[in-house]
Amino acid sequence: MDRHRPALTRRWALLLALAPLAFLGLFFLWPVANILALGLAPGGHWEPGTVVDTWRQPFVLDIVLFTLALAGLSTLLTVLLGMPAAWVFARFDFPAKRVLRALTVVPFVLPTVVVGAAFLALLGPRSPINAVGELLFGANVPQVRLDGSVGAILLAHVFYNIAVIIRMVGGMWAHVDPRTEEAARMLGASPARAFREVTWPLLRPAVISAASIVFLFTVTSFGVVLLLGSPRDTTLEVEIYRQTAILLDLPTAAALTILQMSGVLVLLLASARAQERLSIQQRLRSASETVRRPRPGRERAIVAVVLAATLAFMVTPLLILVERSLAGPAGYGVDAYGALLGEDPRMRLTSAPWHAVVDSLTFAAATTLIAGTLGVLAAAVVGYRRGWLVRGLDALIMLPLGTSAVIVGFGFLVSLDTPPLDLRTSVLLIPIAHALIALPFVMRAVVPVIRSIDDHLREAAAVLGASPARTWREVDGPILARGALVGAGFAFAVSLGEFGATLFIARPDSITIPVAIFRLLGQPGASNFAAAMSLSVVLMVLTATAVLLIERLRGSGPQPF
Amino acid sequence: MSRPRSIAIVLASSLLLGGSVGAAAQGRTLTLMTHDSFYLPDGVIESFEAAHDVDVKLLPAGDAGTMVNQAILTVDRPLADVLYGVDNTFLSRALAADIFEPYQSPELAAVPVDLRSDPEGRVTPIDVADVCLNLDRSAFDVGGLPVPARLEDLADPALAGQLVVENPATSSPGLAFLLATIAYFGEDPESGWTAFWSDLRANEVTVTSGWEEAYYGQFSGGTGEGSLPIVVSYASSPAAEVLFGPDPEAHESPTLAIDVGCFRQIEFAGILRGTDEPELAGALIDYLLSPEVQAELPLAMYVYPARQDVPLPAVFEQHALVPSAPLSLDPAVIDAGREGWIREWTDIVLR
Repeated sequence: MDRHRPALTRRWALLLALAPLAFLGLFFLWPVANILALGLAPGGHWEPGTVVDTWRQPFVLDIVLFTLALAGLSTLLTVLLGMPAAWVFARFDFPAKRVLRALTVVPFVLPTVVVGAAFLALLGPRSPINAVGELLFGANVPQVRLDGSVGAILLAHVFYNIAVIIRMVGGMWAHVDPRTEEAARMLGASPARAFREVTWPLLRPAVISAASIVFLFTVTSFGVVLLLGSPRDTTLEVEIYRQTAILLDLPTAAALTILQMSGVLVLLLASARAQERLSIQQRLRSASETVRRPRPGRERAIVAVVLAATLAFMVTPLLILVERSLAGPAGYGVDAYGALLGEDPRMRLTSAPWHAVVDSLTFAAATTLIAGTLGVLAAAVVGYRRGWLVRGLDALIMLPLGTSAVIVGFGFLVSLDTPPLDLRTSVLLIPIAHALIALPFVMRAVVPVIRSIDDHLREAAAVLGASPARTWREVDGPILARGALVGAGFAFAVSLGEFGATLFIARPDSITIPVAIFRLLGQPGASNFAAAMSLSVVLMVLTATAVLLIERLRGSGPQPF
Repeated sequence: MSRPRSIAIVLASSLLLGGSVGAAAQGRTLTLMTHDSFYLPDGVIESFEAAHDVDVKLLPAGDAGTMVNQAILTVDRPLADVLYGVDNTFLSRALAADIFEPYQSPELAAVPVDLRSDPEGRVTPIDVADVCLNLDRSAFDVGGLPVPARLEDLADPALAGQLVVENPATSSPGLAFLLATIAYFGEDPESGWTAFWSDLRANEVTVTSGWEEAYYGQFSGGTGEGSLPIVVSYASSPAAEVLFGPDPEAHESPTLAIDVGCFRQIEFAGILRGTDEPELAGALIDYLLSPEVQAELPLAMYVYPARQDVPLPAVFEQHALVPSAPLSLDPAVIDAGREGWIREWTDIVLR
């Protein structure tokens, strides 16, 4: 039996890859190339020497080392803390599981300004810890403060990205046949050994896939570093933003961007190669088949502890936001929510905040459509085919996650300026920019599932007389559809919460919720602060609901197994 | 499975339709590029639109620096007709990139000469914002801290660990305060601004990346939630505290702006080169400088009007500060020195 016989012919693969390639070429590569060219050829002639000179400056090495260390440590922590939760969500059934799983996505989409405010409240001078300390030991007790430290950045990164591990690794885990591990246990392997030797190899591709997304997110983390870190801590992303948006030193910005993008590219190619090499075909089980209630006793206790710890970590900052949204100058109340419905000139918004909710949902729907379609096409190519061209496509789709938003935004300005493509002030630019960021999520959700479809199933179908088309429809289709739905949920959520690029291209007649929150936070006054907090809570609820609805759709599809 | 897909298609097509309907509505339009803090009350822009039969579109483009840089990058195909909000710290870069058409507004006669920074008249001063030290009144009135009378006092051990400033590399008030110290102390390596900042560091100055983190996160006065009683903010911040406080008629603001180390930011408007509507663009600049709009500026954006002949709102008269002799530097000097100063500052204060 030929394990490597592709289920997709080369011609079809090229055809399918066309649309995602065109999209990325026009809205990513072309703009980025143009802005880099402005930096590399100031005044019209190439000066590649300045790039090397920039790299040689000592501050660049400092920034690169700090950026890599921060992202590496953040990713490691996120994986370590996310795996137990991924296991619990994949293997066990417990009350309110769907709601809780949807809830884990909420941090992922909260704008950095909001998370920053929540973490400052938790870790800063007036944190609950310090309040208790003061109560017990008086006002002179030394304060515990984590704001302005690397620890705060790491915590915020884990808070943000743990959903990626829980969902992407958990999504795979749910389909891994538990009986293999049980068999190993029967044969006398310890739980640790059974996991290490049986389950871990099957999960590894999904873990690498999710970890590389987390790494990309943390290596380009911008708002969290600025808000929670000390001003000493400059990452590559912050420096690129400064050189571009503030100093307009395009040669330096170009040199740093090339460094960032090539580093990210190397990582992506390595990760794609590792995934391909490590992916093992297995007989996938339906998630409903592998899931069960935890056995009373030790197992139930472990599940409860993992769940409680994960939720406490993820929910405490969210609860702080809810508390802030309800706290008015005259005690607790829902005034700040009422304020979202009306126009208040003090908010400095052109229309009532609820308009931002409508606009955000529209953009998210459009993003889901664009990224969903292109993402499944790309995933089919990447999932079914092998080779360096495929790895290139995979890396290309991931690349926008590892590229500075300000570079792409300034690239739009100097590239999309000629009719009919003068999109610089068009509202279409928002779903397009969101789709660039959402595409990797759709693709990453679908590819591992495709890769592990068991060829035996296809062969069995063929033996039973099914045509290739029918085989694909019956065997691959349903599995693919589920992966696509998970990806669509992420696309929708990414669009709802995207902030950096949107701030850059949002126009006053259509702003998204995060941009409205940012504007409100930038205005003085307790009423605007409360309105920003209540809008954040609305964003949380919307996200959780949207994700929940999309996951519901899973149930209505045909059952593949 | 087909239902969600059809919903998405309907949504997408209505989005496209909305775009084309908007483009179909013909008529003259004028685009005003601004920074994100731009705001005018309802009706102000509308009355200009009615008077000139034109549709004014607003294009907020980030903070002042990001906006100017976008205008420079798009100089061949400008995004807007008029740009508002370039300040004296970014002016010289904008002028060097030649993004403006010269324009002499008839309203300029009412503006003091020292605000007209460009002798060639390529930009028109619209408003003034002074960056000043703000104090938490309770820490000084009740807590007994000595109120600083000059910049040197900030390095006094009596005020150790009480001051929060913004990083000049990432914040515009942070840069303004750094420029104030450069204008005040000069560049002498022994006694100049570098020596002062070394002293401030020794005196445990706190640095944040932006104004929000400094004012809301570290400052203890007013809406601030932190524990430090001195912050770099605006001369108008105490008025904003009253306006947004529990009692808009209060006699005393919880915070106080002091006349120490104030730096004057002047905001300008200019006609972007390449506009199809130079006359309308000029009319919009005249309008921004007219007494009726100038009188709205303080409450709209917490700035002072460039004109001297418009009355200030009572809350400004009562709570905001008009610095007696704000510090300033020539825009060309700022542009030439900025990056080097910021690097030096980073070495002294953060490394």
